[in-house]
Amino acid sequence: MAGEVEMRRLRWRCRRGLLENDLVLARFLDKHGQALEGARLAAFERLIALDDNDLWDLVSGRAECREPGLQEVLAWLRAA
Amino acid sequence: MPLAKRQFDAVVVGAGGAGLRAALQLSEAGLRTAVVTKVFPTRSHTVAAQGGVGAALGNMGADRWEWHMYDTVKGSDWLGDQDAIEYLARKAPEVVIELEHFGMPFDRNEDGTIYQRPFGGHMQNMGAGPAVQRSCCAADRTGHAMLHTLYQRNVRAGTQFFVEWMALDLVLGADGRVLGVTALEMETGDVAVLQARATLFATGGAGRIFAATTNAFINTGDGLGMAARAGFPLEDMEFWQFHPTGVAGAGVLITEGVRGEGGYLLNKGGERFMERYAPNAKDLASRDVVSRAMATEIKEGRGCGPDGDYVLLKLDHLGVEKIEKRLPGIREIAKKFANVDPVKDPIPVVPTVHYQMGGIPTNYLGEVVVPGKGGPNTVVPGFYAAGECACASVHGANRLGTNSLTDLLVFGKAAGETMVRFLEENPGHPELPADAADRTLARIARLEGPGGGESVHEVGRELRRTMQAHAGVFRFPDLLAEGVKRVKEIAERAEHLAIADKSRVFNTARVEALELQNLVEVARATMVSAEARKESRGAHDRSDFHERDDANWLKHTLWYREGDRLAYKPVNLKPLTVESIAPKARVY
Ligand SMILES: Cc1cc2nc3c(=O)[nH]c(=O)nc-3n(C[C@H](O)[C@H](O)[C@H](O)COP(=O)(O)OP(=O)(O)OC[C@H]3O[C@@H](n4cnc5c(N)ncnc54)[C@H](O)[C@@H]3O)c2cc1C
Repeated sequence: MAGEVEMRRLRWRCRRGLLENDLVLARFLDKHGQALEGARLAAFERLIALDDNDLWDLVSGRAECREPGLQEVLAWLRAA
Repeated sequence: MPLAKRQFDAVVVGAGGAGLRAALQLSEAGLRTAVVTKVFPTRSHTVAAQGGVGAALGNMGADRWEWHMYDTVKGSDWLGDQDAIEYLARKAPEVVIELEHFGMPFDRNEDGTIYQRPFGGHMQNMGAGPAVQRSCCAADRTGHAMLHTLYQRNVRAGTQFFVEWMALDLVLGADGRVLGVTALEMETGDVAVLQARATLFATGGAGRIFAATTNAFINTGDGLGMAARAGFPLEDMEFWQFHPTGVAGAGVLITEGVRGEGGYLLNKGGERFMERYAPNAKDLASRDVVSRAMATEIKEGRGCGPDGDYVLLKLDHLGVEKIEKRLPGIREIAKKFANVDPVKDPIPVVPTVHYQMGGIPTNYLGEVVVPGKGGPNTVVPGFYAAGECACASVHGANRLGTNSLTDLLVFGKAAGETMVRFLEENPGHPELPADAADRTLARIARLEGPGGGESVHEVGRELRRTMQAHAGVFRFPDLLAEGVKRVKEIAERAEHLAIADKSRVFNTARVEALELQNLVEVARATMVSAEARKESRGAHDRSDFHERDDANWLKHTLWYREGDRLAYKPVNLKPLTVESIAPKARVY
């Protein structure tokens, strides 16, 4: 699991401009926060660095993402 | 706690459309400008705006700013100030074209001009019609494109950004001039004084005071809380715009298109209740009629669910194909946020808060104005506000769609220009008082001290529930009176918040406690102002005084934190250059 400080920083960065993302990311962290480390953590950080609309398009399935490294975490986000 | 001090010509709190537009004006004038923001600028709530920005460009047929002005006055139910509304409508084309030149990727017509969409309430010929296409958009990402365009431009102009910083309180000089803000740097947990010769608030709306809101989590009304704590009044806080169908418990919007395609509302008995309220239009009646009917069903015990606090939106009879084709995204939203698949089950919905019409009182130049020696609109030196946190007042009792983005651009720019002039005329930094940060530090110390015990989570939930139940879309006198009592009790509890986590780096518990204190101020202002206004106008709709009452209530409310005092000031019915638009019934 990411360090305590790192987790808190992540939690703040899940504050978004779109309510849809706020809700999904909050649930995601509650459910999978513990499992975020290494490659998964890096994937999550890349996803939340996206703009809000792009992130929501991915999460809601309106857009697809081809990068293999992001698939697992994206699938968790979609299920959250 | 170490206390750093930094000096700027101007400090802008907020990096949404309004803050970025103002900062650009300042930086391009060569002034040292700091923008403070809780989140990265392009994650401000402006990103959610899809519908577009209104301006009478006349690209799709005849249009004139006078018509836009008329629609805005009428939309405001005559509570808007006509000098500010004239300014908004007249300046709108200029600021939109300017944004185009900054590189905003607007949709285009074949002849290369900006494409404009139709939007409710925008008409030709001083309200006579027909409808006019006035909304300029960039696909369904207008707000997103606006933020990116303005942010890039600011970076180029040398604006200094303080990202993941939270402004906490205003700093006032002994003579009442605003001298900057105290702010918390989340990364370190340190509090600093950001000293400025001119300070602008552009902190956005406070929709999070309600349980049901379309607003993102960051919309906690911090600017309003800071202004109220510093002794400034908040204007017209009883006026909140609701959307009839937000997902119950989540707030996410379900587009009106669902009812347009044949979806309808049910109460707990499975009755299609809109047939009783609007026998002809039924579920397609106007937003306010539908919202009021929903609220009445819920109040009278016919709501659904264990707490009877929502109604159901049924669309399964439309069939999978139609739902997927005509209503894209709805199935995902319902599954994700209501846990139902609408091709089988109805979606729980409630009237949901969308936009805050009231705010920090300003004039059309972006200056904060309060009752004082110079009359009801005396300028507060060094203090400015723009965007959803400000009340200019152009939206009055009800905002017209697409006028908020216009507001951000017009009044963001106007405030920036006024600040540039003020800074030219007032060189040099006045002395900071020795106790500049004391109030802030005491507030933080209290959160961590032994006197507390109230949980941020619990008090916040109670606040949002109370606002929803007592100051919702349709307002009942008994509920309002009880609501005032409860909100005051909650405010008292919020004085004794305690947080267990006392760490420094990214202490989100502390941030959330500080945000809650701002929400409480906004909620008090809303409830007390709503209880007192004994008429119905625009978005303020009372069961006991169901008509607009111009003889007694054609005036702005001003709420002061101290003792929950109310004062009133006249609406400015005199435009800058054209004839006044006299009040008449608002029918569409
Ligand atoms: C779903 C949705 C759709 C909409 N669609 C439209 C539309 O199509 N057309 C239209 O005209 N309007 C629309 N609106 C309304 C419009 O988007 C908002 O009114 C507008 O974007 C508000 O902009 P702003 O600049 O005032 O504030 P925001 O964009 O909310 O920005 C506030 C800024 O203040 C910062 N901030 C807040 N508190 C602090 C603090 N204490 N310290 C530091 N920084 C702080 C935040 O970080 C943020 O940068 C819509 C609203 C919603 C909810």
